[in-house]
Amino acid sequence: MAYEMNFTPVLARTPELISGTIDTLILSSQSIGIGLTIGLAAALLRVDGPKWGAVVSATYVEAFRNTPLLVQLFLLFFGLPYMGIRLTANEAAIFAISLNLGAYSAEIFRAGLLAIPKTQIEAGLALGLSRLQVMRYVVIIPALRIIYPSLTGQLTLTLLGTSIASAISATELTLAGAKIESQTFRSLETFLVLAAIYITMTFVFRFLYWLVGLWLFRRRVPKTGSAAATLTLPREVES
Amino acid sequence: MPALRIENLKKSYGNVPVLKGINLAVENGDVVAVIGRSGSGKSTMLRCINGLEPFQEGTIEVVGHKLDQSRANLRELRKEVGMVFQSYNLFPHLSVAENITLAPRVVKGLPRDEGSALVREVLSRVGLAEKADAYPDELSGGQQQRVAIARSLAMKPKVMLFDEVTSALDPELTGEVLKTIAQLAEAGMTMVLVTHEMGFARRVATRTVFMHQGTVWEEGKSEEIFTHPKTPELKNFIAPDLK
Amino acid sequence: MIQSFGWQSVQFLFHGLVWTVGLSLCTFVGGGIFGLLFAIARSLGPNWLRALVAGYIQLVQATPLLIVVFLSYYGLSFLGFYFPPLAAAAISLTIYATAFLADIWRGCIEAIPRTQWEAADALALSPFQRLRYVILPQAFQISLGPTVGFMVQIVKNTSVTALIGFVELTRAGQLLNNMTFQPFHVFLTVAAMYFVVCYPLSWWSEKLKERKHAGTAH
Repeated sequence: MAYEMNFTPVLARTPELISGTIDTLILSSQSIGIGLTIGLAAALLRVDGPKWGAVVSATYVEAFRNTPLLVQLFLLFFGLPYMGIRLTANEAAIFAISLNLGAYSAEIFRAGLLAIPKTQIEAGLALGLSRLQVMRYVVIIPALRIIYPSLTGQLTLTLLGTSIASAISATELTLAGAKIESQTFRSLETFLVLAAIYITMTFVFRFLYWLVGLWLFRRRVPKTGSAAATLTLPREVES
Repeated sequence: MPALRIENLKKSYGNVPVLKGINLAVENGDVVAVIGRSGSGKSTMLRCINGLEPFQEGTIEVVGHKLDQSRANLRELRKEVGMVFQSYNLFPHLSVAENITLAPRVVKGLPRDEGSALVREVLSRVGLAEKADAYPDELSGGQQQRVAIARSLAMKPKVMLFDEVTSALDPELTGEVLKTIAQLAEAGMTMVLVTHEMGFARRVATRTVFMHQGTVWEEGKSEEIFTHPKTPELKNFIAPDLK
Repeated sequence: MIQSFGWQSVQFLFHGLVWTVGLSLCTFVGGGIFGLLFAIARSLGPNWLRALVAGYIQLVQATPLLIVVFLSYYGLSFLGFYFPPLAAAAISLTIYATAFLADIWRGCIEAIPRTQWEAADALALSPFQRLRYVILPQAFQISLGPTVGFMVQIVKNTSVTALIGFVELTRAGQLLNNMTFQPFHVFLTVAAMYFVVCYPLSWWSEKLKERKHAGTAH
């Protein structure tokens, strides 16, 4: 029995798909904003903070990296009311996704901070800069450059991870799709369309990250005679 | 009042004492060379002077700012003390001009439009006026070290510290850096240099301090120290250079 | 019928945990086999094959796992196959893990310096022997840390199959919650069970990565 694909009923719901996409973008950007802030704070606390701070930070990071996002969502959405904190589905989703991204990005930021030679920090301090100024002017840009690929990769995973928020009925694209699927019975078509939208979003964001990277690290390339350029020569001769 | 006064400075790593009560006074305009074997504590002492190393006992005073174990006054003191490192430590993501103006801007609130005059002034003192827009990785080691000196000068320090600043350089690049330091000495800058360049210490330094086993073992006028060493340890140390 | 959270509940959840571990192992074996083939094809195959595999990796890595799971479960059953939740879960997780493992291992294969290939060539090894005796053993060493790290992701990702009704640990938690109405206890216990499985793997992965760094320092 051959199955005939029919996208018409799904595409007829384009307005819902668009608003779902916008909801996903909003949920993602809110979570990314909060999550990266948490991550940076946790990394600084771990690297540069007092001993208790390092313990708190490490415990948070390990707890959230070693349990599924879906369970974190359930715990915050269904479990927190037990402690008298009641969140809407969207609030719980932002909260859980932010904490999840915070834990992952904390490890990424920490790797970046540790990759900056101690001598750079000493040079900044010796010039009279405060610790905060050393972070801001001396450490952040070179560290960001080192971690940029893994950080943007993590942001992509966060964008795609928001689809899980549909499990607690937070408004976003996958929930919109699930509703369309249940009303049209066009499951395969619906989820193919959703996949196409997510794939498009991912590629657009990768392109944006690349542009932002160009701007952030807009230093020109060293002119000539760098060691790296000469080292790669023999390879090219061979191929 | 001396520009720099160190009193009874003691520091240890765990149970291992590295500085066992250092006393040293540096007058305005003095150029003090600190020599000694590696492990004698000379670099550690230098790093204590601007607070990069905490210490357990004693005080360090630079033009009225007193530093002790409490580390209060640390930043006030650092504004008066410039430091140049063995590995230059220029900031790779900033141009030469940005390296130079960073601290004056964010620490002293230098207005943006006065930056380029400052850059020109300090770069000309190290003979690199044309390199303001270059990035560190476009410069030779010697040029990078001279930019590091210029960066330090831009804070108008009362005292400058040099931590083995030519040790990482090829011999042919050492000369240009030493020449720059000699010119600063002539201009009257108060300086403390940890160095392995004995000839340079003897020629440029007004006084030389020989450190041994965490103490100031012998000190005096440079000429005196190199021609008439009193202790056998110092005699041994400088013997190869006298041949 | 369980009415409140107690010892019986923990036993109930433990059954779910067994399925979670089982599904993780299936995924790791399936993803491992295809991932290795894809990694080799991606880094050493003819150009058209490289492009094909690269496209697969790109597309899967740009699709939410939940959508992959839904496509396998709802979508493919319309094509005339019926997939029970277990099969749909295993297939979709394998599709997903294949893309990520292939990408990780490709990086490891390409990290082996060119000089090693040349040395093997100079010793007159055949292309297969080069891979078998020179390249893959070294790539394997490098890959250990990231691979164990990805196993943590696999274990956590199995939770998504709860949303198509496969009764693993998270689904067991949902069912238990419907019986006891004690979500805080239930999901905290569920989280703790995941942690007990994942944390040792994370720790092991870090150790392996550290050892690798210590090894390259020489």
